[in-house]
Amino acid sequence: MLPRAGFQQWLQELSGQFEIFGPKKNEKAIVSWQRLEGGELPDMAPGVPKGSIKTFFFPQPETLFEFTARPKQDDSFRLREPEKRQKPRLVVGVRPCDARSVLLNSMPYKEDPYFQQNRQNVILVGLACRNGCSTCFCTWTGGSPVGTEGLDILVFELEDGFVLEPVTERGESLLQKASSARDATEAERQAVQEIRDNAPTSLPEAMEPASQLVQKDLMALYNAPFWQQLSDSCINCGTCTFLCPTCYCFDIQDETLRGKGRRIRYWDSCMFPLFTLHASGHNPRGEKVKRVRNRFMHKLKYFPERFGPLSCVGCGRCVRDCPVNIDIRQVMKELLAV
Amino acid sequence: MSTMNEKITEELRQKARQLLESGRVAAFLGYASGSVPMVMRPFVARTPEDADRLEWNSFCVLNLANYLPALLKSFEPPRRPNEPPPQGPLPKVGVVATGCWSRNMVVQIQENQVERERLVIIGISSRGMVDRKKVQALIAHRDVTAVKEGDNTLVVAGPGFEEEINRWDVVRDNCKSCVHPDPVIFDDMIGELKGERDLPDRFSQVEEIEALSAQERWKWFTSEIQSCIRCYACRNACPLCYCPTCFVDDSRPQWVGKSIDSVDTAIFHILRAYHCAGRCTDCGSCESACPMGIRMRILTKKLQKDVLQLYGIEAGMSVQEPLPLTTYKKDDPQDFILTESLKGEKK
Amino acid sequence: MNPYLPYPARIDDIVIETEDGNLKTFKLVLEDDADRAGWHHVPGQFAMLSIAGKGEIPIGIASSPTEKGHLLFTVNRAGVVTTALHKMNVGDPIGVRGPLGNGFPVDSELKGKNIVIIAGGFAFTTLRSTLIYMLEHRADYGNITVVYGARTPGMLLYKEELKQWQERDDLDVHITVDREAPGWKGLVGFVPTIAGQVKPSPENAAALICGPPIMIKFTMPPLEEVGWTDDQVYLSLENRMKCGLGVCGHCNVGPVYVCKDGPVFTRSQVQKLPVEF
Repeated sequence: MLPRAGFQQWLQELSGQFEIFGPKKNEKAIVSWQRLEGGELPDMAPGVPKGSIKTFFFPQPETLFEFTARPKQDDSFRLREPEKRQKPRLVVGVRPCDARSVLLNSMPYKEDPYFQQNRQNVILVGLACRNGCSTCFCTWTGGSPVGTEGLDILVFELEDGFVLEPVTERGESLLQKASSARDATEAERQAVQEIRDNAPTSLPEAMEPASQLVQKDLMALYNAPFWQQLSDSCINCGTCTFLCPTCYCFDIQDETLRGKGRRIRYWDSCMFPLFTLHASGHNPRGEKVKRVRNRFMHKLKYFPERFGPLSCVGCGRCVRDCPVNIDIRQVMKELLAV
Repeated sequence: MSTMNEKITEELRQKARQLLESGRVAAFLGYASGSVPMVMRPFVARTPEDADRLEWNSFCVLNLANYLPALLKSFEPPRRPNEPPPQGPLPKVGVVATGCWSRNMVVQIQENQVERERLVIIGISSRGMVDRKKVQALIAHRDVTAVKEGDNTLVVAGPGFEEEINRWDVVRDNCKSCVHPDPVIFDDMIGELKGERDLPDRFSQVEEIEALSAQERWKWFTSEIQSCIRCYACRNACPLCYCPTCFVDDSRPQWVGKSIDSVDTAIFHILRAYHCAGRCTDCGSCESACPMGIRMRILTKKLQKDVLQLYGIEAGMSVQEPLPLTTYKKDDPQDFILTESLKGEKK
Repeated sequence: MNPYLPYPARIDDIVIETEDGNLKTFKLVLEDDADRAGWHHVPGQFAMLSIAGKGEIPIGIASSPTEKGHLLFTVNRAGVVTTALHKMNVGDPIGVRGPLGNGFPVDSELKGKNIVIIAGGFAFTTLRSTLIYMLEHRADYGNITVVYGARTPGMLLYKEELKQWQERDDLDVHITVDREAPGWKGLVGFVPTIAGQVKPSPENAAALICGPPIMIKFTMPPLEEVGWTDDQVYLSLENRMKCGLGVCGHCNVGPVYVCKDGPVFTRSQVQKLPVEF
């Protein structure tokens, strides 16, 4: 148990060792991941920040390597590894859905040196949800508003302070540095238990597990009639994919300036027609309906077939910000009905 | 007593159903209710039964003209890129249109993106659409679970609260500064034409920024676009953006970097705005679609103001009117081509 | 091991393959001894060719694993990277990342089988690798039949080798061009037509087919007519790729990644996928 001031003091102390980030409101009242200084507390209003937590693990952009780009000269294409980030980072105020997304992305990125190194260097301090928001549906996708998957520490916010629970060893060792920590009282333990019990049931309308989709026939889902109607509304922007914590597609490109270059990877979206365009002009997903379908099929069928869980944590960002109200919850229901 | 929107919805459904039933149109493009409050879903009704899902309220913010070229094309027999269009009349599409949407249809007709004969336009004079970001700001960004609309009020509710808001307070900036609420082309109307609005300060949002020094303007611009995630929702929500390959996506040559470098983002926003010069109707679709709250339509509004001052033309007011920036007249003003310093030398 | 870092290599030789100059074969030598020693590929695999400042492009490996010390890539000039590559000269530096993908099962399913290779246009490249590998291990395979065609005689790849192969008596080679051409004394007709005339027996056999989708489509009926089934037919798919590691998401066809699970699939595997290639 840490009182409010003790929690701040703990963050203050850790700021020597870590760059600390957390949800913070900007002047337009948009909550995004920002640097927190001097024991500053993260924004703890219900809900997830606007942007995706993937930015810490799969930054926009990531430099893969640097090179000299002087064609036909001997030193052309001498590679240098990019400079390493100096300080490890600590992210506070992470909702359990977001933390879980890191674990899910880690599956395709299992052998990716950049992603895995970022995982090593980023500590996630979670914040348990008391209540779900109207766009939350983590329990549909295998998560929990008080889940610990992907976290190092889980924090419960109480009236006059915080109860911190270690999840990993490195989380445990950081908690030992919290000098003003004391054992939680019986009443506090009970308050935590209440959050544990009540939070999952606070979520709107539970649904039969979407994991059942794995059992469904792939082509039956693919040929379902509702895709056309769904794509009628879609404007093929990248809002859903860029805000989504579990969308992890990227493009690779070289950038050069005066003989020096870097190869970067940056977020790409399967919603964009150029995503699949061949140099010949042929495009396997040239039609909008194919792209819309691919995004959902990837999350709800292709990914689970390969890795097990759905590639969705139910954070609701896409539901909240899709300009034309394409709602993955409805897509799940439609698919389950096939 | 039903509200104005309920009456419009009823009439809209009826007209769309008739059009679909009679086979006069192959589809009818309108709006259906969404799954979250304050976001409507652009919807293509393909059967008379579908027409009953059409809905009209203050949250129909995306410009439906945006969907027309592709929707019309989807009813043409498939053909190769260079093949001429098939002979004979092609299936028509019905669409609901307010002032700005209809003006964008005019621009699309002028630019050969759609054919007037293939549209059946049901006009609605706009009362202004609501900016949900303004609503959220008014209720301190609490979770909204239901919004009930009256004629001049919105009742916004969420866990543990219910508040009544004056509708006009949360109407979008572009709608508040709009002088042409009436559709300029239509085949049928729901309700009456309202006539032009008299608004001497319609460019005040632009003038505020014009009054700043160049340095301050740049600061405003860079801070405004600083949160851009390059999702291109603004571009894709815009009926003017129909290039098969956008300059930001092009790789031969590559005009602009694709990550979120601030220079690249600035180039994207500046060029996007300039592409809309003389064509933009200030429909506000871009701003409504933006997930990050960037007010990019102030840029296009500035260009709208300049084009109006220089050429006396507002986009899409009439099919017969020339497109100001694709026609040339000897007496066109050309002064703006010169920089301030060159102008000095000329004297 | 960072799979995104290309091995440094140099262009050792360039052969202009076709009369239109759009297809060139690049002979590449990896610069570092360790990289050369560590390189092992299977026919049908591909690699990312990398030009500093221009980017990367996936290209099928045209050389056989039995051709030691260098790698061959036959490249069609189409996009940014391939155009830049076509402008390069012998001695120029280049990067190679790979080998990537699965390749043909030359050491498993295909062993002991009669092999039918059917190729059209410049899709012959990885089949060249396969054919040379099989000829080096001739005893491991039964009859080998090759049907290869191009638009014109000048558009055929590997012309010298084609001549040598035609002269071998342990190999049944049918080279065809789409239309009559001055000086051409060989077969005339589209690949599917010639494949229909050759009528390869499906008995204990496997067919490896590479070519434009339309060629593959029309090659199947004459094969099916003589009893070929989809699981005997191996195809190599192409899709836009970026990472080559099954991560970036560009090349998926339904649940499979062409770059990692493929590019080689049996036709029966392909039939179960959405048509997104």
